[in-house]
Amino acid sequence: MKNEVTKVTNILVVGIGGQGVMTATEILAEAAISQGHDVKKTEVAGMAQRGGVVSSHLRFGKRVLSPQIAPGEADLIVGFEAAEALRWIHYLRPGGRVLMNTARLVPPVVSGGLYDYPEDPVGEIRALGIEVHAFDAMAIALALGDVRLGNSVMLGAIADHLPFSAEVLLESILRRFRLRKPGMVEANARAFEGGRAAVAGSAQPTLAVGVA
Amino acid sequence: MAATQFAPAPSHSRLLLSGNEAISRAAWESGVRVASAYPGTPSTEMLENLAHYPDIYAEWSVNEKVALEVAIGASMAGSRSFCAMKHVGLNVAADPLMTLTLTGAAGGMVIAVADDVGLSSSQNEQDSRFWGRFAHLPLLEPSDSQEAYDMVRAGYELSEKFQVPVLLRLTTRICHVKGMVSVGERTAHPSAGFVKDPRRWVMVPGNAKARIPLMYQREEALRAEAEISPLNYVAAGADRRVGFVASGPAWMHVQEAYPNAPALKLGLSYPAPIEKIRAFAATVEHLFVVEETEPLLEMELKAAGIDCHGKDLLPRIGELPPEILRPAVARLLGETLPAPSTRPAQVFPRPPTMCVACPHLGVYYTLAQLRNVTIAGDIGCYTLGAGHPWNALDSTISMGASMGMALGLDKGRSESDRDKKIVAVIGDSTFLHMGMQGLLDITYNGGNVTVLILDNRTVGMTGGQDNPATGRDIRGQAAPKVDFVKICEALGVAPERIRKVDPYQLPVLFKALREETKTPGPSVIITDRPCVLIDDFKRQSPYAVDADKCTGCGNCVDIGCPAIHVKRREKAIKPSGKEVELQFVAIETAACTGCGLCVQPCAPGAIGAAAPLAAINVLKKH
Repeated sequence: MKNEVTKVTNILVVGIGGQGVMTATEILAEAAISQGHDVKKTEVAGMAQRGGVVSSHLRFGKRVLSPQIAPGEADLIVGFEAAEALRWIHYLRPGGRVLMNTARLVPPVVSGGLYDYPEDPVGEIRALGIEVHAFDAMAIALALGDVRLGNSVMLGAIADHLPFSAEVLLESILRRFRLRKPGMVEANARAFEGGRAAVAGSAQPTLAVGVA
Repeated sequence: MAATQFAPAPSHSRLLLSGNEAISRAAWESGVRVASAYPGTPSTEMLENLAHYPDIYAEWSVNEKVALEVAIGASMAGSRSFCAMKHVGLNVAADPLMTLTLTGAAGGMVIAVADDVGLSSSQNEQDSRFWGRFAHLPLLEPSDSQEAYDMVRAGYELSEKFQVPVLLRLTTRICHVKGMVSVGERTAHPSAGFVKDPRRWVMVPGNAKARIPLMYQREEALRAEAEISPLNYVAAGADRRVGFVASGPAWMHVQEAYPNAPALKLGLSYPAPIEKIRAFAATVEHLFVVEETEPLLEMELKAAGIDCHGKDLLPRIGELPPEILRPAVARLLGETLPAPSTRPAQVFPRPPTMCVACPHLGVYYTLAQLRNVTIAGDIGCYTLGAGHPWNALDSTISMGASMGMALGLDKGRSESDRDKKIVAVIGDSTFLHMGMQGLLDITYNGGNVTVLILDNRTVGMTGGQDNPATGRDIRGQAAPKVDFVKICEALGVAPERIRKVDPYQLPVLFKALREETKTPGPSVIITDRPCVLIDDFKRQSPYAVDADKCTGCGNCVDIGCPAIHVKRREKAIKPSGKEVELQFVAIETAACTGCGLCVQPCAPGAIGAAAPLAAINVLKKH
């Protein structure tokens, strides 16, 4: 294994504790495994449950060594919350891509007046010359009747930006629901397509694998 | 939470497992019969997971010292045993550990200790590799989930071969990282039976003295083992300018950043294979020891006359991922690295908050209203009371420390602090872990301390484990439930000085605290609302703010509930001439669970029932 050029895909999923960031990354990991990849996934849990910052690192490829994505090496940043996507932007590699929810979740330190929420996180990222696909995952989920579908909307939104087909990711999601909540399979499939359609207008060629 | 047994994944399958899950699987496969732990991040999931497996006794112990003693007893009985704890837990268990090294293990024994390098959820950062040296015990350091699995299996063989407890040193970056693991199959390991041998197990001075030379002999035999162990190996590399020595997560970072450099991996890292390292050093220009936190190996190598780099180039704190390693190596080689493409953006901090309707909110709101009070805190979710907006905690040191420190604050007070009231705040599980003895010290020595026991019926911060006060064991089955009032009485608190209070009833809580802190002598106030993340919690109808009635007084903001948002601020001049900032608020209906805390201090009575909202569910519990 030594001295072999390891081509690894790096996906950084970010948001806040309780949003389902870790579950979404787990589903992405399962999809990568189904394609025969070696996978490592890391985040620091512990206090994350309490509304703190969560960043989940997913790396997959022929063989993965360090579980951590270094700054400047993420192929894709998936932002579950607008300011969180901005917080981790220095992790993106040159030419990498950001897919983000425009939802703004304001913490007590901001509503209490100690800090300001950035005025336009999407605009700030675009100003760096970065390709951004922004969408309102919560609105899409609510239009489908249940905010809990937000996670599947997020996954649908990134489905055409992965080194494997959208169907592979959809199957990973639906497999979970078939096992745990069979009644929710159809709604989640619709949410996935809703997220996918939300970014389809600006569809780009599938992400090139490997670190630049 | 209730753990039901499951059918373990099939033998010889390949699974995505966290380090903690891989360790559980390996312990079960190794035929462990007794496993014990006290929850603590990042170690908690080892026992939580192991409790699902059949054919094994697993327990939440009341603290790490007891957990280790249970494991020692099981080993003495001839069974394979397993014990897990976080780094600070082994400080608690150090007393038995330092004598266990003299008796050694009978049944195979692995003690997993998880360091929180980078302090994601701990009060300090300490290097548990010291315990190998301090206690003269072998220490294994996995670098990912597969190695964690492999090393548990190897650990039991090593333990029985050398009749020694084996330390498995982990870090957050092993415990919580998921990776692919090829698992094997379980081999039952029946107990060999207890062999009466007082000269080995009764460590009175005469017997213990005779065991010390045996301990050193064992250490030398283990040193020889480390020189030939397949867990310590060289990965060849063509670029010989720098050769690395690394263990644990640092090994993967070295491999990632320098795939073409020769590197020596230490899996059995104590006793260190000094001669193997000496031979490796001779093949490279610079030897670079990459070890997180303390320069333990570096000092040992220098003492052995092996020239090396380490902490002259690397930080003493935190992890050593590639972005930290690369500049250090570049400095060593006199090279320059390209500048990063994007600088970090300036974004507000997002510290962890207490949950919506957390019963601790009422406690800290009330503590913040008290004047002239010093508050000794403890370890748990309620440590967050030190933060915004309550600022109602003056200390956090270690599990149970609030008790003894409160007594010390009382006895050591200055003349100027004569009228200061002393309060200790501790959670249910922390009180049972190590707080009871402190309370006994307060009553025995007549301390003027009011103890607040926040009984939320779970170990909250680590994700909701059971304890002796929840009435459930680690598998969620019925267990005896201790009564805090009776414990406090038995520990010497006068019955009339023990109160149970609903923390959602702010005036009652305030009155209880004011009265008890004003009266000399020890007192206890027990709050008894459940954690909002456990099944005992029942959500109520949400509240909303009537914007026409809100006067911007901001009283509700002081509760610190994350569902209350300030929508508008205005400056205003009070009749006294003082300038104040008005805060007009709204409640996030979807997040509100109707605890009613914010309703109570609302001056204009602007908070009332929200209009019913259908099909809204919160982004909270998943």
